[in-house]
Amino acid sequence: MAYKIISSQCTACSACEPECPNNAIREKDGTFIIKPEKCSECIGYFDEPQCVAVCPVDDTCVIDNSYPRYVAA
Amino acid sequence: MDNQASVASVESGQGKPLDQVLQQIAEHKGCGTSSEGGKASCGSSTAPEDMDPAIWEKVKNHPCYSEEAHHHFARMHVAVAPACNIQCNYCNRKYDCANESRPGVVSEKLTPEQASRKVLAVASTIPQMTVLGIAGPGDPLANPEKTFKTFELVAETAPDIKLCVSTNGLALPEHVERLSQFNIDHVTITINMVDPEVGQHIYPWIFWKNKRWKGIDAARILHEHQMRGLEMLTERGILCKVNSVMIPGINDKHLVEVNKAVKSRGAFLHNIMPLISAPEHGTVFGLNGQRGPTAQELKALQDSCEGEMNMMRHCRQCRADAVGLLGEDRSSEFSTEKVMEMDIQYDAEGRKAYQEKVEEERQATVLAKQAEMAGLEAEFSDLKVLIAVATKGHGRINEHFGHAQEFQIYELSTQGSKFVGHRRVDLYCQGGYGEEDTLPTVIRAINDCVAVFVAKIGGCPKDSLKAAGIDPVDKYAHEFIEQSAVKYFKEYLAKVKSGEVVHEVRGDADIRQGAYIAA
Ligand code: SF4
Ligand code: SF4
Ligand code: SF4
Repeated sequence: MAYKIISSQCTACSACEPECPNNAIREKDGTFIIKPEKCSECIGYFDEPQCVAVCPVDDTCVIDNSYPRYVAA
Repeated sequence: MDNQASVASVESGQGKPLDQVLQQIAEHKGCGTSSEGGKASCGSSTAPEDMDPAIWEKVKNHPCYSEEAHHHFARMHVAVAPACNIQCNYCNRKYDCANESRPGVVSEKLTPEQASRKVLAVASTIPQMTVLGIAGPGDPLANPEKTFKTFELVAETAPDIKLCVSTNGLALPEHVERLSQFNIDHVTITINMVDPEVGQHIYPWIFWKNKRWKGIDAARILHEHQMRGLEMLTERGILCKVNSVMIPGINDKHLVEVNKAVKSRGAFLHNIMPLISAPEHGTVFGLNGQRGPTAQELKALQDSCEGEMNMMRHCRQCRADAVGLLGEDRSSEFSTEKVMEMDIQYDAEGRKAYQEKVEEERQATVLAKQAEMAGLEAEFSDLKVLIAVATKGHGRINEHFGHAQEFQIYELSTQGSKFVGHRRVDLYCQGGYGEEDTLPTVIRAINDCVAVFVAKIGGCPKDSLKAAGIDPVDKYAHEFIEQSAVKYFKEYLAKVKSGEVVHEVRGDADIRQGAYIAA
Protein backbone atom coordinates (compact mmCIF):
# COMPACT_ATOMS: atom_id res chain seq x y z
CA MET A 1 0.00 0.00 0.00
CA ALA A 2 0.90 3.55 -0.39
CA TYR A 3 -0.78 6.78 0.61
CA LYS A 4 -2.81 8.93 -1.72
CA ILE A 5 -4.34 12.41 -1.50
CA ILE A 6 -8.06 12.90 -2.00
CA SER A 7 -7.82 15.85 -4.33
CA SER A 8 -11.31 17.21 -3.67
CA GLN A 9 -10.27 17.66 -0.02
CA CYS A 10 -6.79 19.06 -0.61
CA THR A 11 -6.40 22.80 0.01
CA ALA A 12 -3.11 22.83 -1.89
CA CYS A 13 -1.40 24.27 1.16
CA SER A 14 1.84 22.44 0.26
CA ALA A 15 2.60 21.54 3.89
CA CYS A 16 3.02 17.84 3.10
CA GLU A 17 5.43 18.30 0.20
CA PRO A 18 8.64 19.14 2.11
CA GLU A 19 7.84 16.72 4.94
CA CYS A 20 7.89 13.59 2.78
CA PRO A 21 11.16 11.70 3.33
CA ASN A 22 10.91 10.14 -0.13
CA ASN A 23 10.07 13.20 -2.21
CA ALA A 24 6.93 11.38 -3.25
CA ILE A 25 4.66 14.44 -3.18
CA ARG A 26 4.37 17.14 -5.80
CA GLU A 27 1.94 19.70 -7.12
CA LYS A 28 -0.15 18.86 -10.14
CA ASP A 29 -2.97 20.93 -11.61
CA GLY A 30 -3.61 23.02 -8.53
CA THR A 31 -3.65 20.11 -6.11
CA PHE A 32 -1.04 17.81 -4.58
CA ILE A 33 -0.45 14.18 -5.48
CA ILE A 34 1.58 11.28 -4.11
CA LYS A 35 3.58 9.09 -6.45
CA PRO A 36 2.68 5.66 -5.09
CA GLU A 37 5.84 3.98 -6.31
CA LYS A 38 7.91 6.41 -4.21
CA CYS A 39 5.81 6.35 -1.02
CA SER A 40 7.15 4.10 1.72
CA GLU A 41 4.32 4.95 4.14
CA CYS A 42 7.17 6.62 6.04
CA ILE A 43 8.24 3.17 7.22
CA GLY A 44 11.88 3.26 8.20
CA TYR A 45 11.78 7.03 8.70
CA PHE A 46 9.07 8.10 11.12
CA ASP A 47 6.48 6.64 13.46
CA GLU A 48 3.62 8.24 11.60
CA PRO A 49 3.09 9.11 7.95
CA GLN A 50 4.21 12.69 7.70
CA CYS A 51 1.67 13.77 5.11
CA VAL A 52 -1.15 12.60 7.38
CA ALA A 53 0.34 14.24 10.44
CA VAL A 54 0.78 17.67 8.88
CA CYS A 55 -2.31 17.86 6.67
CA PRO A 56 -4.87 20.39 7.94
CA VAL A 57 -7.83 18.51 6.50
CA ASP A 58 -8.73 15.19 8.13
CA ASP A 59 -9.05 12.14 5.87
CA THR A 60 -7.25 13.77 2.98
CA CYS A 61 -4.03 11.72 2.99
CA VAL A 62 -5.31 8.15 3.14
CA ILE A 63 -4.19 4.61 2.33
CA ASP A 64 -4.49 3.77 -1.33
CA ASN A 65 -5.90 0.26 -1.30
CA SER A 66 -5.50 -0.14 -5.00
CA TYR A 67 -1.74 -0.17 -4.67
CA PRO A 68 0.30 -3.12 -3.39
CA ARG A 69 1.58 -2.93 0.14
CA TYR A 70 4.95 -1.34 0.67
CA VAL A 71 7.63 -3.85 1.59
CA ALA A 72 10.67 -2.58 3.44
CA ALA A 73 13.82 -3.27 1.46
CA MET B 1 16.35 54.60 36.20
CA ASP B 2 16.64 58.35 36.23
CA ASN B 3 14.87 58.89 32.95
CA GLN B 4 11.84 57.25 34.45
CA ALA B 5 10.37 60.58 35.44
CA SER B 6 9.98 61.70 31.89
CA VAL B 7 7.91 58.67 31.02
CA ALA B 8 5.12 59.34 33.39
CA SER B 9 2.89 56.42 32.64
CA VAL B 10 5.44 53.66 32.17
CA GLU B 11 5.42 51.17 34.96
CA SER B 12 8.79 50.65 36.51
CA GLY B 13 8.51 46.89 36.92
CA GLN B 14 10.93 45.84 34.21
CA GLY B 15 13.96 48.03 34.53
CA LYS B 16 15.55 46.71 31.34
CA PRO B 17 16.88 49.51 29.18
CA LEU B 18 15.52 48.06 25.94
CA ASP B 19 12.21 47.54 27.53
CA GLN B 20 12.12 51.14 28.51
CA VAL B 21 13.05 52.43 25.15
CA LEU B 22 10.43 50.29 23.53
CA GLN B 23 7.87 51.39 26.03
CA GLN B 24 8.67 54.96 25.21
CA ILE B 25 8.17 54.43 21.53
CA ALA B 26 4.91 52.78 22.23
CA GLU B 27 3.97 55.60 24.58
CA HIS B 28 4.63 57.90 21.78
CA LYS B 29 2.77 56.24 19.02
CA GLY B 30 0.21 58.89 18.41
CA CYS B 31 -1.89 61.77 19.50
CA GLY B 32 -3.89 61.35 22.60
CA THR B 33 -2.90 57.76 23.14
CA SER B 34 -2.07 58.47 26.71
CA SER B 35 -2.16 55.56 29.10
CA GLU B 36 -3.72 55.74 32.50
CA GLY B 37 -2.44 58.81 34.25
CA GLY B 38 -0.21 59.79 31.37
CA LYS B 39 -0.12 62.99 29.41
CA ALA B 40 -1.46 62.94 25.91
CA SER B 41 1.62 62.64 23.74
CA CYS B 42 0.90 65.01 20.94
CA GLY B 43 3.51 66.04 18.47
CA SER B 44 4.67 62.51 18.04
CA SER B 45 6.27 63.23 14.70
CA THR B 46 9.34 64.37 16.54
CA ALA B 47 11.24 61.85 18.57
CA PRO B 48 10.97 62.13 22.31
CA GLU B 49 14.04 63.51 24.04
CA ASP B 50 15.49 60.39 25.54
CA MET B 51 14.68 57.92 22.84
CA ASP B 52 17.29 56.24 20.68
CA PRO B 53 16.76 58.00 17.34
CA ALA B 54 17.54 54.79 15.46
CA ILE B 55 14.61 53.04 17.06
CA TRP B 56 12.36 56.02 16.54
CA GLU B 57 13.25 55.98 12.85
CA LYS B 58 12.28 52.34 12.78
CA VAL B 59 8.78 52.86 14.00
CA LYS B 60 7.58 56.33 13.20
CA ASN B 61 6.40 55.61 9.66
CA HIS B 62 5.18 52.16 10.44
CA PRO B 63 1.47 51.82 9.96
CA CYS B 64 1.36 48.93 12.40
CA TYR B 65 2.91 50.83 15.25
CA SER B 66 1.68 54.30 14.94
CA GLU B 67 -1.99 54.94 14.66
CA GLU B 68 -1.09 58.39 13.50
CA ALA B 69 1.21 57.05 10.79
CA HIS B 70 -1.33 54.57 9.59
CA HIS B 71 -3.41 57.39 8.22
CA HIS B 72 -0.54 58.27 5.97
CA PHE B 73 1.60 55.22 5.28
CA ALA B 74 0.60 51.85 3.99
CA ARG B 75 1.63 48.27 4.16
CA MET B 76 0.95 45.38 1.89
CA HIS B 77 0.85 41.65 2.25
CA VAL B 78 1.70 38.89 -0.12
CA ALA B 79 0.58 35.30 0.33
CA VAL B 80 3.58 33.12 -0.47
CA ALA B 81 3.50 30.76 2.50
CA PRO B 82 0.39 28.57 2.45
CA ALA B 83 1.60 25.77 4.72
CA CYS B 84 1.03 25.84 8.44
CA ASN B 85 2.41 23.77 11.30
CA ILE B 86 -0.45 24.13 13.77
CA GLN B 87 -4.22 24.15 13.75
CA CYS B 88 -6.24 26.95 15.34
CA ASN B 89 -9.93 26.53 16.06
CA TYR B 90 -10.66 29.91 14.51
CA CYS B 91 -9.04 29.02 11.21
CA ASN B 92 -10.25 27.13 8.21
CA ARG B 93 -7.20 26.78 6.03
CA LYS B 94 -9.24 26.92 2.87
CA TYR B 95 -9.26 30.60 3.68
CA ASP B 96 -6.77 33.03 5.11
CA CYS B 97 -4.80 32.78 8.29
CA ALA B 98 -6.72 34.56 10.99
CA ASN B 99 -3.42 35.75 12.45
CA GLU B 100 -3.27 38.51 9.97
CA SER B 101 -6.50 38.70 8.12
CA ARG B 102 -10.13 37.97 8.40
CA PRO B 103 -11.25 34.45 7.76
CA GLY B 104 -13.50 33.92 4.82
CA VAL B 105 -11.38 35.64 2.23
CA VAL B 106 -9.13 33.73 -0.08
CA SER B 107 -6.00 35.50 -1.17
CA GLU B 108 -4.02 34.78 -4.23
CA LYS B 109 -1.10 32.43 -3.67
CA LEU B 110 2.08 33.70 -5.25
CA THR B 111 5.55 32.34 -5.92
CA PRO B 112 8.39 34.37 -4.38
CA GLU B 113 9.21 35.70 -7.87
CA GLN B 114 5.64 36.81 -8.54
CA ALA B 115 5.35 38.27 -5.07
CA SER B 116 8.49 40.36 -5.33
CA ARG B 117 7.39 41.75 -8.69
CA LYS B 118 4.04 42.63 -7.22
CA VAL B 119 5.71 44.40 -4.31
CA LEU B 120 7.92 46.44 -6.61
CA ALA B 121 5.00 47.31 -8.87
CA VAL B 122 2.94 48.50 -5.93
CA ALA B 123 5.83 50.39 -4.36
CA SER B 124 6.50 52.22 -7.63
CA THR B 125 2.86 53.23 -7.96
CA ILE B 126 2.03 53.93 -4.31
CA PRO B 127 5.00 55.68 -2.73
CA GLN B 128 3.50 55.61 0.74
CA MET B 129 3.77 51.80 0.74
CA THR B 130 6.61 51.30 3.21
CA VAL B 131 6.06 47.92 4.80
CA LEU B 132 5.83 44.42 3.34
CA GLY B 133 4.43 41.52 5.30
CA ILE B 134 4.05 37.86 4.46
CA ALA B 135 0.45 36.96 5.07
CA GLY B 136 -1.62 33.88 5.50
CA PRO B 137 -3.05 31.50 4.80
CA GLY B 138 -0.24 29.68 6.50
CA ASP B 139 2.70 30.52 8.66
CA PRO B 140 5.70 32.25 7.06
CA LEU B 141 8.13 30.30 9.22
CA ALA B 142 6.53 26.98 8.31
CA ASN B 143 7.55 27.96 4.77
CA PRO B 144 10.99 29.40 5.46
CA GLU B 145 12.39 28.99 1.95
CA LYS B 146 9.52 30.81 0.26
CA THR B 147 9.44 33.55 2.86
CA PHE B 148 13.17 34.24 2.89
CA LYS B 149 13.42 34.02 -0.90
CA THR B 150 10.73 36.71 -1.21
CA PHE B 151 12.52 38.94 1.27
CA GLU B 152 15.82 38.46 -0.56
CA LEU B 153 14.33 39.41 -3.91
CA VAL B 154 12.60 42.50 -2.54
CA ALA B 155 15.64 43.67 -0.57
CA GLU B 156 17.80 43.50 -3.71
CA THR B 157 15.79 46.13 -5.56
CA ALA B 158 14.02 48.00 -2.80
CA PRO B 159 16.13 48.07 0.34
CA ASP B 160 14.01 50.92 1.74
CA ILE B 161 11.00 48.65 2.19
CA LYS B 162 10.70 47.29 5.69
CA LEU B 163 9.97 43.62 6.07
CA CYS B 164 7.76 42.01 8.64
CA VAL B 165 6.70 38.52 9.53
CA SER B 166 3.67 37.29 11.45
CA THR B 167 3.93 33.88 12.98
CA ASN B 168 2.24 31.51 15.39
CA GLY B 169 5.67 31.15 17.00
CA LEU B 170 6.13 27.39 16.79
CA ALA B 171 9.04 27.56 14.36
CA LEU B 172 10.28 30.94 15.58
CA PRO B 173 13.21 29.86 17.80
CA GLU B 174 14.87 27.92 14.96
CA HIS B 175 14.59 30.86 12.56
CA VAL B 176 15.45 33.86 14.71
CA GLU B 177 19.08 33.75 13.67
CA ARG B 178 18.28 33.69 9.97
CA LEU B 179 15.65 36.38 10.41
CA SER B 180 18.11 38.67 12.12
CA GLN B 181 20.33 38.56 9.04
CA PHE B 182 17.63 40.18 6.99
CA ASN B 183 16.46 43.71 7.38
CA ILE B 184 13.53 42.51 9.41
CA ASP B 185 11.88 45.46 10.97
CA HIS B 186 9.50 43.67 13.25
CA VAL B 187 7.97 40.30 14.02
CA THR B 188 4.38 39.70 15.08
CA ILE B 189 3.61 36.63 17.17
CA THR B 190 0.03 35.55 17.73
CA ILE B 191 -0.15 34.53 21.37
CA ASN B 192 -3.58 33.57 22.66
CA MET B 193 -2.57 31.97 25.93
CA VAL B 194 0.26 31.44 28.39
CA ASP B 195 -1.41 28.46 30.05
CA PRO B 196 -1.69 25.15 28.17
CA GLU B 197 -4.95 24.47 30.02
CA VAL B 198 -6.42 27.40 28.15
CA GLY B 199 -4.46 26.63 25.00
CA GLN B 200 -5.91 23.17 24.52
CA HIS B 201 -9.29 24.77 23.81
CA ILE B 202 -7.80 26.93 21.07
CA TYR B 203 -5.31 24.61 19.37
CA PRO B 204 -6.41 21.03 18.63
CA TRP B 205 -2.96 20.01 17.36
CA ILE B 206 0.52 21.05 16.26
CA PHE B 207 3.06 19.38 13.97
CA TRP B 208 6.50 19.37 15.50
CA LYS B 209 9.51 17.10 15.23
CA ASN B 210 7.83 14.85 12.69
CA LYS B 211 4.90 14.17 14.94
CA ARG B 212 1.38 15.41 15.45
CA TRP B 213 0.91 16.51 19.07
CA LYS B 214 -2.53 16.98 20.54
CA GLY B 215 -4.27 18.44 23.55
CA ILE B 216 -2.33 19.88 26.41
CA ASP B 217 1.05 18.66 25.10
CA ALA B 218 0.51 20.56 21.88
CA ALA B 219 -0.43 23.75 23.73
CA ARG B 220 2.53 23.41 26.09
CA ILE B 221 5.09 23.02 23.29
CA LEU B 222 3.57 25.91 21.38
CA HIS B 223 3.59 28.10 24.48
CA GLU B 224 7.25 27.32 25.24
CA HIS B 225 8.29 28.11 21.69
CA GLN B 226 6.35 31.36 21.65
CA MET B 227 7.97 32.58 24.86
CA ARG B 228 11.46 31.49 23.81
CA GLY B 229 11.03 33.06 20.39
CA LEU B 230 9.91 36.34 21.92
CA GLU B 231 12.86 36.38 24.31
CA MET B 232 15.32 35.63 21.51
CA LEU B 233 13.96 38.49 19.42
CA THR B 234 14.19 40.91 22.33
CA GLU B 235 17.79 39.83 23.00
CA ARG B 236 18.68 40.66 19.41
CA GLY B 237 16.91 44.00 19.47
CA ILE B 238 14.29 42.97 16.92
CA LEU B 239 11.00 44.71 17.63
CA CYS B 240 8.21 42.37 18.48
CA LYS B 241 4.48 42.90 18.48
CA VAL B 242 2.01 40.43 19.96
CA ASN B 243 -1.44 39.74 18.53
CA SER B 244 -4.11 38.00 20.57
CA VAL B 245 -7.51 36.83 19.46
CA MET B 246 -10.15 37.51 22.10
CA ILE B 247 -12.39 34.46 22.46
CA PRO B 248 -15.16 35.09 25.02
CA GLY B 249 -15.42 32.35 27.62
CA ILE B 250 -12.09 30.80 26.59
CA ASN B 251 -9.30 33.34 26.90
CA ASP B 252 -10.94 36.72 27.46
CA LYS B 253 -9.98 37.07 31.12
CA HIS B 254 -6.75 35.17 30.57
CA LEU B 255 -5.50 37.75 28.07
CA VAL B 256 -4.64 40.05 30.96
CA GLU B 257 -2.09 37.37 31.99
CA VAL B 258 -0.88 37.13 28.42
CA ASN B 259 -0.41 40.88 28.41
CA LYS B 260 1.81 40.69 31.49
CA ALA B 261 3.82 37.74 30.17
CA VAL B 262 4.60 39.33 26.82
CA LYS B 263 5.34 42.71 28.31
CA SER B 264 7.86 41.22 30.72
CA ARG B 265 9.59 39.54 27.78
CA GLY B 266 9.98 42.79 25.89
CA ALA B 267 7.08 42.87 23.41
CA PHE B 268 6.49 46.50 22.72
CA LEU B 269 2.94 46.47 21.46
CA HIS B 270 -0.01 44.24 22.20
CA ASN B 271 -2.90 44.03 19.78
CA ILE B 272 -6.08 42.35 20.97
CA MET B 273 -8.33 41.45 18.07
CA PRO B 274 -11.90 40.21 18.26
CA LEU B 275 -12.67 36.65 17.24
CA ILE B 276 -14.55 36.80 13.97
CA SER B 277 -16.69 33.72 13.85
CA ALA B 278 -19.61 32.57 11.74
CA PRO B 279 -20.79 29.10 10.71
CA GLU B 280 -20.14 29.80 7.04
CA HIS B 281 -16.41 30.14 7.72
CA GLY B 282 -16.33 26.42 8.44
CA THR B 283 -14.03 26.89 11.43
CA VAL B 284 -14.39 24.86 14.62
CA PHE B 285 -15.48 27.97 16.49
CA GLY B 286 -17.78 29.03 13.69
CA LEU B 287 -19.47 25.63 13.64
CA ASN B 288 -19.79 25.17 17.40
CA GLY B 289 -21.38 28.57 17.85
CA GLN B 290 -18.50 30.22 19.70
CA ARG B 291 -19.29 33.93 19.57
CA GLY B 292 -16.95 36.84 19.15
CA PRO B 293 -16.82 39.74 21.61
CA THR B 294 -18.99 42.85 21.35
CA ALA B 295 -17.35 46.21 20.78
CA GLN B 296 -17.79 47.09 24.43
CA GLU B 297 -16.26 43.84 25.68
CA LEU B 298 -13.29 44.33 23.40
CA LYS B 299 -12.73 47.89 24.50
CA ALA B 300 -13.08 46.98 28.18
CA LEU B 301 -10.36 44.33 27.81
CA GLN B 302 -8.11 46.69 25.85
CA ASP B 303 -8.63 49.33 28.53
CA SER B 304 -7.81 46.91 31.34
CA CYS B 305 -4.55 46.04 29.60
CA GLU B 306 -3.64 49.60 28.72
CA GLY B 307 -2.39 50.50 32.18
CA GLU B 308 0.03 47.63 31.80
CA MET B 309 1.26 48.30 28.34
CA ASN B 310 0.51 49.94 25.08
CA MET B 311 -2.40 48.53 23.25
CA MET B 312 -2.80 48.69 19.56
CA ARG B 313 -6.32 49.59 18.62
CA HIS B 314 -6.14 50.26 14.95
CA CYS B 315 -5.78 46.72 13.67
CA ARG B 316 -8.39 46.09 11.03
CA GLN B 317 -7.64 42.45 10.48
CA CYS B 318 -7.22 43.74 7.00
CA ARG B 319 -7.51 41.67 3.91
CA ALA B 320 -4.25 39.85 3.41
CA ASP B 321 -3.49 41.20 -0.03
CA ALA B 322 -4.93 44.63 0.56
CA VAL B 323 -2.93 47.19 -1.30
CA GLY B 324 -2.68 50.89 -0.93
CA LEU B 325 -3.53 52.92 2.07
CA LEU B 326 -4.98 50.79 4.78
CA GLY B 327 -8.65 50.28 4.26
CA GLU B 328 -8.51 51.33 0.66
CA ASP B 329 -8.19 48.21 -1.39
CA ARG B 330 -6.48 48.60 -4.72
CA SER B 331 -5.50 45.00 -5.23
CA SER B 332 -7.41 44.57 -8.46
CA GLU B 333 -4.96 46.97 -10.12
CA PHE B 334 -2.17 44.58 -9.25
CA SER B 335 -3.30 41.14 -10.31
CA THR B 336 -0.49 38.71 -11.05
CA GLU B 337 -1.24 38.95 -14.75
CA LYS B 338 -1.05 42.74 -14.83
CA VAL B 339 2.04 42.80 -12.65
CA MET B 340 3.96 40.32 -14.79
CA GLU B 341 3.36 42.54 -17.83
CA MET B 342 4.15 45.83 -16.14
CA ASP B 343 7.32 47.71 -16.91
CA ILE B 344 8.50 48.49 -13.41
CA GLN B 345 10.79 51.43 -12.75
CA TYR B 346 11.72 51.51 -9.11
CA ASP B 347 12.05 55.17 -8.21
CA ALA B 348 13.76 55.28 -4.83
CA GLU B 349 14.28 59.06 -4.97
CA GLY B 350 10.68 59.80 -5.85
CA ARG B 351 9.50 57.60 -3.03
CA LYS B 352 11.69 59.40 -0.57
CA ALA B 353 10.48 62.83 -1.66
CA TYR B 354 6.89 61.74 -1.41
CA GLN B 355 7.37 60.32 2.05
CA GLU B 356 8.92 63.56 3.22
CA LYS B 357 5.87 65.44 2.00
CA VAL B 358 3.61 63.07 3.89
CA GLU B 359 5.68 63.66 6.98
CA GLU B 360 4.95 67.40 6.70
CA GLU B 361 1.27 66.69 6.25
CA ARG B 362 1.36 64.60 9.39
CA GLN B 363 3.01 67.40 11.36
CA ALA B 364 0.26 69.76 10.22
CA THR B 365 -2.49 67.56 11.66
CA VAL B 366 -0.66 67.36 14.95
CA LEU B 367 -0.17 71.11 15.20
CA ALA B 368 -3.79 71.79 14.31
CA LYS B 369 -4.97 69.54 17.08
CA GLN B 370 -2.60 71.09 19.58
CA ALA B 371 -3.89 74.54 18.78
CA GLU B 372 -7.46 73.38 19.21
CA MET B 373 -6.69 71.84 22.59
CA ALA B 374 -6.24 75.32 24.03
CA GLY B 375 -9.21 76.12 26.22
CA LEU B 376 -10.07 72.47 26.75
CA GLU B 377 -7.38 71.88 29.36
CA ALA B 378 -9.13 74.30 31.70
CA GLU B 379 -12.36 72.30 31.55
CA PHE B 380 -13.19 69.94 34.37
CA SER B 381 -15.46 67.15 33.33
CA ASP B 382 -15.30 63.41 33.38
CA LEU B 383 -17.58 63.15 30.37
CA LYS B 384 -16.38 60.74 27.72
CA VAL B 385 -18.09 60.20 24.40
CA LEU B 386 -17.33 58.20 21.27
CA ILE B 387 -17.60 59.50 17.74
CA ALA B 388 -17.36 57.68 14.41
CA VAL B 389 -15.44 59.18 11.49
CA ALA B 390 -15.66 58.44 7.77
CA THR B 391 -12.20 58.88 6.27
CA LYS B 392 -10.11 57.79 3.34
CA GLY B 393 -6.86 58.68 5.09
CA HIS B 394 -4.58 61.70 5.34
CA GLY B 395 -6.03 62.40 8.78
CA ARG B 396 -9.04 64.16 7.33
CA ILE B 397 -12.81 63.72 7.31
CA ASN B 398 -12.97 63.03 3.61
CA GLU B 399 -15.36 60.13 3.01
CA HIS B 400 -19.08 60.16 2.26
CA PHE B 401 -21.28 58.39 4.76
CA GLY B 402 -22.65 56.13 2.06
CA HIS B 403 -19.23 55.15 0.74
CA ALA B 404 -17.60 54.30 4.03
CA GLN B 405 -16.62 50.65 4.40
CA GLU B 406 -15.49 51.31 7.91
CA PHE B 407 -15.59 54.04 10.52
CA GLN B 408 -12.77 55.12 12.80
CA ILE B 409 -13.83 55.50 16.39
CA TYR B 410 -12.40 58.23 18.63
CA GLU B 411 -13.00 58.72 22.31
CA LEU B 412 -13.34 62.36 23.34
CA SER B 413 -12.70 63.71 26.79
CA THR B 414 -11.06 66.74 28.34
CA GLN B 415 -7.78 64.91 27.60
CA GLY B 416 -8.49 65.42 23.92
CA SER B 417 -9.26 62.83 21.29
CA LYS B 418 -8.02 59.30 21.40
CA PHE B 419 -8.26 56.75 18.65
CA VAL B 420 -9.90 53.60 19.98
CA GLY B 421 -10.72 51.41 17.01
CA HIS B 422 -12.40 50.66 13.73
CA ARG B 423 -15.81 49.42 12.80
CA ARG B 424 -16.44 47.69 9.54
CA VAL B 425 -19.79 48.25 7.92
CA ASP B 426 -21.47 47.20 4.76
CA LEU B 427 -21.27 49.71 2.03
CA TYR B 428 -24.37 51.77 2.63
CA CYS B 429 -24.37 53.23 -0.80
CA GLN B 430 -23.89 50.96 -3.76
CA GLY B 431 -23.77 52.59 -7.14
CA GLY B 432 -24.96 55.96 -6.01
CA TYR B 433 -28.17 55.14 -4.19
CA GLY B 434 -28.48 54.17 -0.58
CA GLU B 435 -29.76 50.70 0.15
CA GLU B 436 -32.19 50.95 3.00
CA ASP B 437 -31.47 47.46 4.32
CA THR B 438 -27.88 48.12 5.27
CA LEU B 439 -28.56 51.32 7.18
CA PRO B 440 -29.65 49.52 10.37
CA THR B 441 -26.44 47.47 10.17
CA VAL B 442 -24.39 50.63 10.00
CA ILE B 443 -26.26 52.12 12.91
CA ARG B 444 -25.73 49.00 14.98
CA ALA B 445 -22.02 49.12 14.23
CA ILE B 446 -21.67 52.68 15.55
CA ASN B 447 -24.50 52.57 18.06
CA ASP B 448 -22.18 53.50 20.93
CA CYS B 449 -21.23 56.83 19.30
CA VAL B 450 -22.89 60.19 19.86
CA ALA B 451 -21.97 61.50 16.44
CA VAL B 452 -20.68 60.46 13.07
CA PHE B 453 -18.37 62.81 11.15
CA VAL B 454 -18.69 62.64 7.38
CA ALA B 455 -17.74 64.62 4.31
CA LYS B 456 -21.28 64.32 2.99
CA ILE B 457 -24.52 62.57 3.84
CA GLY B 458 -27.97 62.20 2.28
CA GLY B 459 -31.22 63.37 3.87
CA CYS B 460 -32.68 59.93 4.61
CA PRO B 461 -29.76 58.42 6.47
CA LYS B 462 -29.41 61.73 8.31
CA ASP B 463 -32.93 61.39 9.72
CA SER B 464 -32.46 57.74 10.63
CA LEU B 465 -29.22 58.51 12.44
CA LYS B 466 -30.87 61.32 14.37
CA ALA B 467 -33.73 59.01 15.29
CA ALA B 468 -31.15 56.56 16.64
CA GLY B 469 -29.60 59.33 18.70
CA ILE B 470 -26.46 59.68 16.58
CA ASP B 471 -25.67 63.20 15.45
CA PRO B 472 -24.71 63.31 11.74
CA VAL B 473 -22.01 65.97 11.42
CA ASP B 474 -20.96 67.21 7.99
CA LYS B 475 -19.81 70.70 8.92
CA TYR B 476 -16.19 69.54 9.29
CA ALA B 477 -16.03 68.09 5.78
CA HIS B 478 -12.41 67.74 4.57
CA GLU B 479 -10.95 69.15 7.78
CA PHE B 480 -8.53 67.38 10.12
CA ILE B 481 -10.17 64.64 12.16
CA GLU B 482 -8.61 65.27 15.53
CA GLN B 483 -8.86 69.04 15.40
CA SER B 484 -12.54 68.79 14.49
CA ALA B 485 -13.13 66.19 17.15
CA VAL B 486 -11.75 68.47 19.83
CA LYS B 487 -13.84 71.36 18.48
CA TYR B 488 -16.93 69.20 18.55
CA PHE B 489 -16.26 68.07 22.08
CA LYS B 490 -15.92 71.63 23.30
CA GLU B 491 -19.32 72.44 21.81
CA TYR B 492 -20.77 69.26 23.26
CA LEU B 493 -19.56 70.16 26.73
CA ALA B 494 -21.04 73.64 26.40
CA LYS B 495 -24.38 72.22 25.31
CA VAL B 496 -24.45 69.78 28.21
CA LYS B 497 -23.70 72.66 30.59
CA SER B 498 -26.45 74.84 29.17
CA GLY B 499 -28.87 71.95 29.30
CA GLU B 500 -29.41 71.92 25.54
CA VAL B 501 -28.14 68.34 25.39
CA VAL B 502 -28.67 65.66 27.99
CA HIS B 503 -25.66 63.37 28.13
CA GLU B 504 -26.63 59.71 28.16
CA VAL B 505 -24.49 56.63 28.23
CA ARG B 506 -24.90 54.90 24.88
CA GLY B 507 -25.37 51.17 24.38
CA ASP B 508 -23.06 48.58 22.92
CA ALA B 509 -22.24 48.09 19.25
CA ASP B 510 -21.83 45.14 16.93
CA ILE B 511 -18.56 43.92 15.49
CA ARG B 512 -19.34 42.99 11.93
CA GLN B 513 -19.05 39.28 11.43
CA GLY B 514 -17.62 38.02 8.21
CA ALA B 515 -17.86 41.13 6.12
CA TYR B 516 -16.83 40.67 2.51
CA ILE B 517 -17.24 36.95 2.33
CA ALA B 518 -18.66 37.31 -1.11
CA ALA B 519 -16.18 39.93 -2.26
S1 SF4 C 1 3.25 8.44 3.80
FE1 SF4 C 1 5.31 9.30 4.10
S2 SF4 C 1 6.41 8.56 2.31
FE2 SF4 C 1 4.26 8.34 1.80
S3 SF4 C 1 3.72 10.24 0.79
FE3 SF4 C 1 3.22 10.51 2.95
S4 SF4 C 1 5.04 11.48 3.75
FE4 SF4 C 1 5.66 10.60 1.81
S1 SF4 D 1 -1.05 18.95 3.47
FE1 SF4 D 1 -3.06 18.18 2.88
S2 SF4 D 1 -4.16 19.97 2.14
FE2 SF4 D 1 -2.00 20.52 2.20
S3 SF4 D 1 -1.26 20.11 0.13
FE3 SF4 D 1 -0.88 18.28 1.35
S4 SF4 D 1 -2.68 17.01 1.04
FE4 SF4 D 1 -3.21 19.04 0.35
S1 SF4 E 1 -1.47 29.81 12.49
FE1 SF4 E 1 -2.72 30.88 10.97
S2 SF4 E 1 -2.84 29.47 9.20
FE2 SF4 E 1 -2.12 28.31 10.96
S3 SF4 E 1 -3.97 27.41 11.77
FE3 SF4 E 1 -3.58 29.28 12.96
S4 SF4 E 1 -4.74 30.88 11.93
FE4 SF4 E 1 -4.62 29.13 10.51
